[in-house]
Amino acid sequence: MSTLDLTLPAGATNPLARLGWAVRDSVTVAGRSLRQIRRVPERLSDVTIQPVMFVLLFAEVFGTAITVPGGGSYHEYLLPGIIAQTTVFGCFGASVSMATDLHEGFVDRLRSLPIARSSIITGRLLAELATASFGLAVTLVVGVIVSWRVHRGVGHTLLGLLVLAVFLIAMTWLGLLIGMLVRSPDAVPGILFPVLFPVTFLANTFVPLKGLPGWLRAVAEWNPVSAVVAATRDEFGNPNPGISSWPLRHALPVSLGWGVGLIVVFGGLALLRWRKVSAG
Amino acid sequence: MADDAVVVDDLHKHFGSTYALRGVSLTVPAGTVCGLLGPNGAGKTTAVRIVTTLLRADSGRVTVAGHDVTREPDQVRRSLGLAGQAATVDGLLTGVQNLVMIGKLYHLPSKVAKARADELLERFSLTDAGGRIAKEYSGGMRRRLDLAASLVAAPPVLVLDEPTTGLDPHARAETWDVIEELVRAGTTLLLTTQYLEEADRLADQIVVVDHGEVVADGTPAALKAEVGGQRLEVTVVGDPAAARAVLARHGTVTLRDGRLSVDAAGGASRVAEVAAALADAGIEVDDLGLHRPSLDEVFLRLTGHAPTDTNDTADSADVAHTTPTSEEIPV
Ligand SMILES: Nc1ncnc2c1ncn2[C@@H]1O[C@H](COP(=O)(O)OP(=O)(O)OP(=O)(O)O)[C@@H](O)[C@H]1O
Ligand SMILES: [Mg+2]
Repeated sequence: MSTLDLTLPAGATNPLARLGWAVRDSVTVAGRSLRQIRRVPERLSDVTIQPVMFVLLFAEVFGTAITVPGGGSYHEYLLPGIIAQTTVFGCFGASVSMATDLHEGFVDRLRSLPIARSSIITGRLLAELATASFGLAVTLVVGVIVSWRVHRGVGHTLLGLLVLAVFLIAMTWLGLLIGMLVRSPDAVPGILFPVLFPVTFLANTFVPLKGLPGWLRAVAEWNPVSAVVAATRDEFGNPNPGISSWPLRHALPVSLGWGVGLIVVFGGLALLRWRKVSAG
Repeated sequence: MADDAVVVDDLHKHFGSTYALRGVSLTVPAGTVCGLLGPNGAGKTTAVRIVTTLLRADSGRVTVAGHDVTREPDQVRRSLGLAGQAATVDGLLTGVQNLVMIGKLYHLPSKVAKARADELLERFSLTDAGGRIAKEYSGGMRRRLDLAASLVAAPPVLVLDEPTTGLDPHARAETWDVIEELVRAGTTLLLTTQYLEEADRLADQIVVVDHGEVVADGTPAALKAEVGGQRLEVTVVGDPAAARAVLARHGTVTLRDGRLSVDAAGGASRVAEVAAALADAGIEVDDLGLHRPSLDEVFLRLTGHAPTDTNDTADSADVAHTTPTSEEIPV
């Protein structure tokens, strides 16, 4: 009936070829998710409009009331906090998209195709990372417009971005894991918001920790988000007051340690869950 | 056997305390159409998901195009196309994007994937809608796009779970045409349906399942014959007893809903004979005619459910359970 040659290429016979196909399929699956964004640009608002709004609101409203201990610009103090917050909230979008794909049977469509099943989830991961990176870039540009600057040269700036990237990957895995555990995408906000808000606010994200009562302060100082924020502030050369505690004095290794540890834990659990979900 | 495209052998599957499949077996010879027929909850979708590698059976064996679904799932996926019960296209991609993406995932060259997408959209009268996102499609259009998606790689075995549910009569007829065309070209088809008309028209072999078990299996004609040949039905004015005596000369008479019926092997000549005999006896006839059992009756008799009582409430399920057999009172 068809005049086209629809002969399927032979399946991969060696591990290297299999890996090649898996990478290609992941990119195809990721491309599909990114293509969706053109149709529903609102999806980008989580990672663009929201952080930009936070930058402008916090900078203008709190900026007048808060003086950074030890001096320095509140704008420069604030921006790493906003970026870290956006990174944490990245897990929200990831879990909603994952849950939606499972719920609406799209994952089943993919599972009925002769592709490596891992590429379905790695494709989703790639798409989320791409979206988040775009949002990060927009936030940084807006930061520059409101006079945020880096002061320690290319190497340290890249180190700061590395800390954010590692943490973003960990949070995206967490999002995918939650997306595979909920019954429907509607359940995601109810589960994540009560967790994500304390995690981002009980930290040095927006205000210095100095004024917190002792025990709360200890919690905040050991919060991985605080380490991420402190490390990026350090690497970008932005004001970073109140780093008397151990985890914040060693923010770079601590934040990378948290990031890698959480990737192992969340990524491992997500892959286990995916194995179960995709086995049927 | 290489000639059997799909072999399902003694399939069992349970979800918690629900036994979805309790020993289902069926064989679909290559190039033929098997209709899996059953009421809601019979286990049709469960069977389809196991055959298409989406779900693992508790026990039993399935091969598709000679490949075992658990040991060689990739080979199975290369040989079959699936259109599930719920359309699984991506609502945020256009029709073209959906089909091209699937072509790419089959590792077809991009040019071929694109050309195939256009070809399929045309075949399903979706060319004009090809550039619109699938979310804006009507339910029927989405189902057609889903069917197109299952055909991207022109698979030798096609599995369709209720392909025409929710389609208007025109779209349904169009889908049947496409399916028949595919079958003529040699595609093997396993199809589930709740529409007997559909099974009757498309299937070479019908497997009736209920509560996870095969309750009947055969050609549409054989199934109809199993329930009985054509019957002569008579409704009379007043007491049916006298008419019963007349009809009893031709076999066992049954009375149901005020209608008497008797075996009518003689066909039209039997009708004339009985009409004359009733007139001679002075019985006033309200209605008299031949009746061939429909597949609906076959279905009802075999499963005790009406075939299309979807979303049945407890009430309607009770009604459906009253089979004609239990209502037929030998007079
Ligand atoms: N994932 C699941 N979890 C629990 N029970 C399930 C699951 N899938 C199916 N079942 C149960 O298994 C039985 C068979 O369901 P199945 O979907 O196979 O029926 P079906 O014949 O396709 O029905 P329908 O005509 O309504 O589509 C039902 O009782 C159903 O509730
Ligand atoms: Mg079903």
